[in-house]
Parts: sequence; structure tokens; C-alpha cells
Amino acid sequence: MADIVEEEASEVEKAAEARPITPIYKGPGPNFLTQLMRIAVSIAVPLIAFGILYWAGTVLLDEDANRLLVVVMALIIGVLGVFGLFYAMNWLTMRLPERYRHYVLPFVFVGPAIVLLTIFLVYPTVITFKLSFQNAQGEGFVWFENYVDIFTDSGTLEALRNSVLWVIIVPALAVSIGLGFAVLSDKLGSKGEAFSKSFIFMPMAISFVGASIVWRFIYNFRPEGFGEQIGILNGIWTAIGNEPVAWLLQEPWNNFYLMVILVWLQVGFAMVILSAGIKSVPDDIIEAARIDGAKELQVFWRIIIPSISSTLVVVLTTIIITVWKVFDIVYVMTSGEFGTSVVAERMVTEFFTFGNEGAGAALAVVLLVAITPLMVLNVRRFQAQEAQR
Amino acid sequence: MTTTTAAEPATQSEYVPEKRGFWAGVFYRWPVKLVIMIVVVIWIIPTLGVLISSFRPPADVDASGWWTVFSNLGSNEWTLSNYSDVLSSEGFGNSFLNSLSVTIPATVMPITIAAFAAYGFAWMEFPGRQWLFVLVVAMLVIPLQMALIPLLRLYTTINLNGTFPAVWLAHTGFGLPLAIYLLRNYIGSLPSSMMESASIDGATPFETFTKLVVPLSVPVLASFAIFQFLWVWNDLLIALVFLGGEPDVRVITLALNNLNGSRGQAWHLLTAGAFITMALPLVVFLSLQRYFVRGLTAGSVKG
Repeated sequence: MADIVEEEASEVEKAAEARPITPIYKGPGPNFLTQLMRIAVSIAVPLIAFGILYWAGTVLLDEDANRLLVVVMALIIGVLGVFGLFYAMNWLTMRLPERYRHYVLPFVFVGPAIVLLTIFLVYPTVITFKLSFQNAQGEGFVWFENYVDIFTDSGTLEALRNSVLWVIIVPALAVSIGLGFAVLSDKLGSKGEAFSKSFIFMPMAISFVGASIVWRFIYNFRPEGFGEQIGILNGIWTAIGNEPVAWLLQEPWNNFYLMVILVWLQVGFAMVILSAGIKSVPDDIIEAARIDGAKELQVFWRIIIPSISSTLVVVLTTIIITVWKVFDIVYVMTSGEFGTSVVAERMVTEFFTFGNEGAGAALAVVLLVAITPLMVLNVRRFQAQEAQR
Repeated sequence: MTTTTAAEPATQSEYVPEKRGFWAGVFYRWPVKLVIMIVVVIWIIPTLGVLISSFRPPADVDASGWWTVFSNLGSNEWTLSNYSDVLSSEGFGNSFLNSLSVTIPATVMPITIAAFAAYGFAWMEFPGRQWLFVLVVAMLVIPLQMALIPLLRLYTTINLNGTFPAVWLAHTGFGLPLAIYLLRNYIGSLPSSMMESASIDGATPFETFTKLVVPLSVPVLASFAIFQFLWVWNDLLIALVFLGGEPDVRVITLALNNLNGSRGQAWHLLTAGAFITMALPLVVFLSLQRYFVRGLTAGSVKG
């Protein structure tokens, strides 16, 4: 893992040195016909793709006998189908007269992505806003009733409280443990460092559902007299002379026990990114401080932390976004019962289990609005990066 | 890495690594090593418990904690029957294949579409190029929950609910912002002289893209591929809403979730099932860690 980190640093340097982006395919000025053609092309590509996929999907579903065949067909469609469509659209565009061609071509490249983003992100966002002002069936306008319900109903208030706790506790724990581990493992030899880091990093590959099962096993509880404890936490707890505890029923602490799962999953992410940050702090600065008599802790707080502050912000915002949208862990572990519900899980329950579209949409809007400051932060950071190019 | 270790001896004159004996080496900086070892053990215990339990006979799993296998080494019984039970009678075998037929196209489709778009955003001029891309950056953080209700309605009207293409398209749509963002940054930093000379040599944009840009972008394509593969394979929400729990389409995360609901105390099955869902991501992760880390670092803005 050590050399990955080095590569990372060199890639950052490369990006900093990269030249400004100057477009080289400049078309002639717009006119009405070409405008029309561009729109037609960018709509036609995804529609044809859609049609083919739809046909393929029905074929795939009919095929009950041989699952392997289905997988192979899915692979072929996924790999060749989409590329073939781009190829065909390009071929058609190249048949156009030259002065239209350059003008239509960018939309052959960008159009399908724009259309998909519109269908799957822009359009749903607008509709969800509208639905949040409507009733459970998505008819008639009830205006702010759904929002008033969210902020008065004890169930959703509890979910809001829990979500806020998740967003504070999980990133704080994940970043501190990740940072601590990155700093300490930096002091090992490179082999020891790479080896120990892999273990911390491994849970990143595990699904939230899988991790939830893993941790349900840890928290497993049997009342006394119903056999030996097979959950390791109660195993240790009873071995030191305590009564077994039903951890997941202990309000409000069960929230914390669920958060531990996400911390377990996210520490590896924080560690890898922060470790790359620490390694990019110039050695001569650290050496100079040591020669001036700075203790290791002073070096850490006064030099390393300020130098990696921007990386810390990136890691924190990324984990906050992940935590804010966490659904699977609560859904699998407790279904949001015993005082453990969170907003993202509540949204799915309202909409999917209770069939209340208005309330579900309003909760989704709350999720989006709360995350908007981070979106603005992201865009600002991106624009600052672009300005540096 | 090498620079930090090289710098150490300069300041700490008493530390000369070559002259440390074996035991001195083992105990050198032992507090640091101890802390690291404790953390690593804590991190590995959850997975280890599941792995060991999945190979124990059902009666043993039920009767004693998995850690007891260490106290009576040699007298433990091991079995593969948990795995065969889960794969056949609990339907995990089919679900595994379903997951594959969801995951592969849902990984390749966004990559292809995003690569074309990234090239367009980076090297072609069209009105709205700048603000469209800022919009893509903003879309990185839109929560999935925002899209569920309208998309489910849309899918219901066009009769697409519960089909594989429904999930492919959904994953493609949701994966696109990150993919376009990552690929455009990479493709945009390729030297412009190269593009110009290709154009002068008479290459069409399509040829430049397929013969020059794609081969040069393999590292970033691989990073995103692994990222998207793990995200789709591990997804529960999209599969739950758009694909559902019918046995012929049910993906593996949903199969595990259903097993958890119906047989929540059958730990010999749950542990084996959990390990089957983890197996492929872990293999991908361990063999391609380098690309995965790079994708993660570059994509640390994903929403």
C-alpha cells in the first residue's frame, strides 16, 4: 500500500502541472436546423438504447432455465450494446454535411449522459419537491402539512435526533481513529505499515448488509439459562461476571452500537486518505521543528494537522454525506425500532412500507436540503481547482 | 515513504537499523506496535468470527461461541454443508448469478457513457459546457432517496419495474456524476498537443477517443470500474425498490436480508450467507487494491 500512496502524491503533482483545457473542435455558429438536429440526436441515442435494453430485459426475464446464459447475455449487452450505440450515432453524424457535423458531434458524446442525468436525477428531484407538498397518494396539495408533521411527530423527531447524533459521532470517531492509525503505522517499517493497513481497510469492500449481519452476530444475546452466549460481546461480558445484555434493545445506547458498525466500515477510508496527506507533508519542515526542540505531540498538532487541514475537510465531508444517507444498517439491524430510526431509513419506511408518498418525499427533501451546504462547498472547491489549472 | 524512514536516523543518532539484533528489532517502538496490533485484532475479530462459524456444524455454532475453537484445537469438526445449504435451498446460488447480471452491465454502462461525455466536456466546445459540468459536480451529493418515488412511478407506467434493465439504468444514472467527474479530470489533463496532432493527422474525434484517449485512460477507468462494481454489488436500496424480492431476480444482498428476516437465529446459515456475499468484493478488493485506493482518493467527493 505504501507505493500506492506515493503514486497518489505524484498524480496530484501531475494534475497541478496539467495544462489548461483548450477545446480543439470548434464548430461554426449555431443555426436553427443544427440546433434541431442536435436535440434530435441527443434524444434519439438514449431512446434507442432504452428500447434495446427493454427488449433484452424481457428476454432475460423469460429465460428461467439457464442463469449462466443470462449473465453472459447481460455482459454482452452491457459491453457491446452501449458502445455500439455510440458508434452508430457517430457514423450517422459523419454522414452529415461538414458544416453541421462539427456542431452536432459534441452532443453525440455528451448527449446520452445529459439525458440520463436528466431522467434519473434532475426530473426526480423536481417531482419529489412537488410530491412533498401533496398527500399520501400524491394527489391534491396539502402544502406544508408534511413538513409540519416531520417537525411535530415524535417518531420523525426521534429519527432527526438520531441522524444528527450519527452525523456528529461517526465522522468524529472514524476520522480520529483513522488519523491515529495513519500516524502510528507511519512509524513502522513499510511492510508492517502496508500489512496492518490492509486489515483496517478491508471492511471497505463489505456491504452494509453483510456488515450488519457480522455485527448482529457480535451483539447476539441469549437470556440467562437459554444456552451459552454465542455473541462475542456477551461472551466477554458474562465471562467477567455480568448478566448477559440485549445490546440492541438498550435505548438510547443501541444507537451508539449501530454507529460502531459504520465506524468499523469507514475508518479504513479516512486512514488511507489521511495517510496520503501526512506523507505529503514536507520532511524538512518536520525536521526543522524537531531540531528546534518540538516534541512529537507538538509536531503533530502544530505542523501535521494544519498541513493536512484541507484533506481533513474532504474526508469529513465525504463521511458526513455517507452517514447522513445511511439506510441499510438500521434497516437490517433493527428496522428502525427500539428508538433507532434515522431520517434516510424513515424515508424508505414511510414511502415503501406505509405507502405514504407525501411524507416520504418531504423526508427526502429534508435529506437534500440539509446536505446542500456540502454541495455548495463541493462546487466551490471544484471551481477553485479549475482556477488553478 | 522511503523519504520518511531515511530521515529518521539523521535526527536520532542512537538509531542505527542495521545494528539492531532480532529481539531489539521486535521490541523497538513496542508501544506503537502494541497499539497497532490491538486495533488490528479488534478490526479483524468481527469478520473472523463469521468466517469460523460458517465452517462449523450447525449444532456447534448453536452450542458454543466460535472463539472456543481455539481452546480445543484438534477436536473441532468442520463442514461445508452450511455453504451448500445456503447456495441451494436458500437460493443464494441463483442470487449470486442475479447479482452478477445486475452488476456487470451496471458497471460497464456508466463507464462507457461517462467516458464519451468526459471527452466531450474536456476537449469539445459547445454552448453550456462550463455550467453543465458544474451541475454534474453539484449532482454528486444528491441523495438516492430523492429519486426513488418519481422513478418508481415512471417505471410502473412503462412497465419496467422488477426487470434487470430498470436497475441497470438506475445504477447508470446514479453512477454517472462521479464517473464523469473523475474521468473528465483525468482526460482533461492529457496533453493538448497530442489531441491537436491527432486532429492534424486526420483522425476524427471518435477515432481520437477510441484509439488514443481510452488506452491512455485505463488507470482511471479501472479505478472507477472497481468503485462502481463494489457499490452496485453491495447495494441494497436500489435492488429492493426497483427489482424486488422475487426469487428469479433477487440479488444477493436482498437474499441475505431476507434470510436475516426469516431465519434470524440460524447463525450457521447467516454466517455462510454473509461470507458468500462478501467473497467476490473481497477478491476484487484484495487483487486490485491499488486501483481501488486510487479511485477512492480521487473520488472522495462521491455523494
